Amino acid sequence: MARALLSRLLSMAASLAVASVVIFVMLQAVPGDPAAFMLGLNAQPDTVAALRAELGLEGALPQRYLAWVGGMLQGDFGTSYTYRVPVADLIADRIVVSGPLALYALALTILIAIPAGLIAASKRGSAADWGVMGATQIGLAVPNFWFAMLLVLVFAVQLGWVSAGGFPGWSDPLAAIGALTLPAIALALPQASILARVLRGALIENLGQDYIRTARAKGLSHRATTIRHALRNATIPVLTILGLQFSFLLAGAIIIENVFFLPGLGRLIFQGITARDLIVVQSVAMLLVFAVIAVTFLVDLAYTLADPRLRR
Amino acid sequence: MRPALLIGSVFTALFASAALLGLVWVPHDTTVLDISQRALPPSATHLLGTDHFGRDLLSMLMEGALTSLAVALIAVGIGIAAGVPLGLWAASHKGGWIDEILMRTNDLIFAFPSLVIAILITAVFGPSAVNAILAIGIFNIPVFARVARGGALPLWTLDFVAAARVAGKSKLLISAQHILPNIAPLLIVQATIQFSLGILAEAALSYVGLGAQPPTSSWGRMLADAQTMIYTEPQLAILPGLAIVLAVLGLNLLGDGLRDRLDPKLRRVRA
Repeated sequence: MARALLSRLLSMAASLAVASVVIFVMLQAVPGDPAAFMLGLNAQPDTVAALRAELGLEGALPQRYLAWVGGMLQGDFGTSYTYRVPVADLIADRIVVSGPLALYALALTILIAIPAGLIAASKRGSAADWGVMGATQIGLAVPNFWFAMLLVLVFAVQLGWVSAGGFPGWSDPLAAIGALTLPAIALALPQASILARVLRGALIENLGQDYIRTARAKGLSHRATTIRHALRNATIPVLTILGLQFSFLLAGAIIIENVFFLPGLGRLIFQGITARDLIVVQSVAMLLVFAVIAVTFLVDLAYTLADPRLRR
Repeated sequence: MRPALLIGSVFTALFASAALLGLVWVPHDTTVLDISQRALPPSATHLLGTDHFGRDLLSMLMEGALTSLAVALIAVGIGIAAGVPLGLWAASHKGGWIDEILMRTNDLIFAFPSLVIAILITAVFGPSAVNAILAIGIFNIPVFARVARGGALPLWTLDFVAAARVAGKSKLLISAQHILPNIAPLLIVQATIQFSLGILAEAALSYVGLGAQPPTSSWGRMLADAQTMIYTEPQLAILPGLAIVLAVLGLNLLGDGLRDRLDPKLRRVRA
């Protein structure tokens, strides 16, 4: 167990190291002088020189890389040149929107997918199964940002039940959750479709196994067999997919935040791109990659716990 | 013919022919703006109506189909051209250091949130259709490498491959002559799936302004424009989205149908 944990920790560290190098090198590939690029065409030479110094552009590449990574490890993500505040503060402000949004969407994904997958698998070939499979096929094809627009069209424009976007802040938790509801639904739909299909497949495979027949033979009801035995054994593929989905939910949130004008990390990264505030872009990208790799690591751990065979 | 394959083929054919026709002819020139013709309902001259600049929606959708097709097709091409040889190479050196390095790198790229990196690429190199293609294409490489390796590995244990080796053929030659034709069905199915994912990715990138730039039409861009007018011209938000859904749904069903059809054959090869 300890060895398995250690080897996964090492591979996570390696992934993070490679990711940071890739992001760092990419930002070095900005055509010309990044400082001049960020300041635009009309910048004075001394302003450019000042920004160069501020960005830590002086010195050899490896030194600058180490300074960047070292800073991040201590919570110093650099200073945004458009906002003139530490990037860490900007991220802290935005993460309270993006984080809850991704978690909300993840919860909805599970709440929709588990019953849908269970119904489809236990009534295989029935009208309910066809309905679930048809709906998920469409769910896979609908871009989440378009679904988000349709939700706005129906619930904000036509019915006027909610505002079309914006975020009231967490001082009023109910209003905040309300503002995140449509975005979370939009994010969850395609992911719930994928998860329901994976769960159905895993359940059908398990329901055909001998141990299910044994469980039925000893008098357990169909329902109890499905939930207590098949569903438990279908956990592994479901966990694998859920881990991947968290990464899609985080990345998807970047796009969805734009539809609903939510002040999250996604908006921050796009404002960074438009304003050519590369430090913001670089740091937020690294943070998102970190979140995804960390979740993959946690999922790995979760299935070591779920499947005793993997504990060796 | 199974219904999935039939519906998938029809939708895909419709999408592809709209795109190819858009290459040579569209009903109206979309570079001409005519505000007097803005947001018209469907009519005989404008079959699907016009947008907020008075451009013909059908023409815009056809050109958008072409953009989607081109971006997704080239991105899949990049994935196949780089991924398949890498996967075949890894399979022919199974367990060796080449295999190990290739598969580790693959796992690494899989761990990356692709959209974030795509956004970074376009942020650094500027938004354009070409950069969108590169960003989507790079993430197709590990997918095809994995599929090619997974399909090739069981083949290497078969007698006909052993016979070819005894006959003195090199690993490279065996991969090209014997392995590749046998994994082609797997690759075709994967290509349809990556194609549909490519269309979704292109739409998302253009929606946030990082894909094809005006005057090139794209479905994602049309939706971004429509969003700014969602209170006054809500109907503009419908058609581009439906076009994306039909194209993606068609390709997904085609992929599913092809897999069902090709699977028994694959099993016979493996047996």
